[in-house]
Amino acid sequence: MSFLTDRKRVTGLGSAKDGTHHFVTQRVTAIALIVLVILFVLPFAYNVGESYDRVIEAYSHPINAIIAMAFFITAFLHLKLGLQVVIEDYVHGPFWRNFLLLSNTLFCWLFGLTGVFAVAKIAL
Amino acid sequence: MADVNRGNRPLSPHLSVYHFSLTMFTSIMHRITGVGLTLGLVLVVWWFLAASTGPEYFETANAVLTSWFGIVILVGSLWALWFHACNGIRHLLWDVIIGLEKQLAQSTSVVVLVLSVLLTILTVVIV
Repeated sequence: MSFLTDRKRVTGLGSAKDGTHHFVTQRVTAIALIVLVILFVLPFAYNVGESYDRVIEAYSHPINAIIAMAFFITAFLHLKLGLQVVIEDYVHGPFWRNFLLLSNTLFCWLFGLTGVFAVAKIAL
Repeated sequence: MADVNRGNRPLSPHLSVYHFSLTMFTSIMHRITGVGLTLGLVLVVWWFLAASTGPEYFETANAVLTSWFGIVILVGSLWALWFHACNGIRHLLWDVIIGLEKQLAQSTSVVVLVLSVLLTILTVVIV
């Protein structure tokens, strides 16, 4: 049994069922990514095409590793929210819409975790 | 309502009635670059996974990313990234009601397009 009143349960949630959570998270990750993109892309672009030993050495450094992990987590969260909006806008019909929304969530979590795992394995 | 003929009605949005504008172009490109960056991001994750697996697999991933095909995708992703970032800042400013005036929004469209190309060239040159 819930002690919340009906009014308290629904206030602020609106037709999307999760209120402004999607909107706010999209913007928070966007602001974080402005910084993370610069910090991640420059060392990454520098290391693409370098030798195996150089790459392992570069990403064994905690600063590079932490930035790469933070970038992957934030980027895939932002990507998941962005692709979700695109699917919601263009894909209609219950089957494909739900199938793609589910696939999007699983895809972004899978690749986000893979990125974090790979960097952790290199760094440790 | 089930027997109403809906087949011949015009459907919204009437995309063909709009004439081309810069703000429309950057808005569409924001979406296209966002979706397109999925590919670049997946390639980058694959490269890291290969590096974490061992030298042999790393050579394979490195060969793909540094082939002409890989370079085209990486430089394309780089432009998409800078465009999406610059235009994203524009969207964030709009959220706090800055730069929404028609003339200003059109000017910042050009700024974002030019800046994204310059940043791409700069990134390729300095690394």
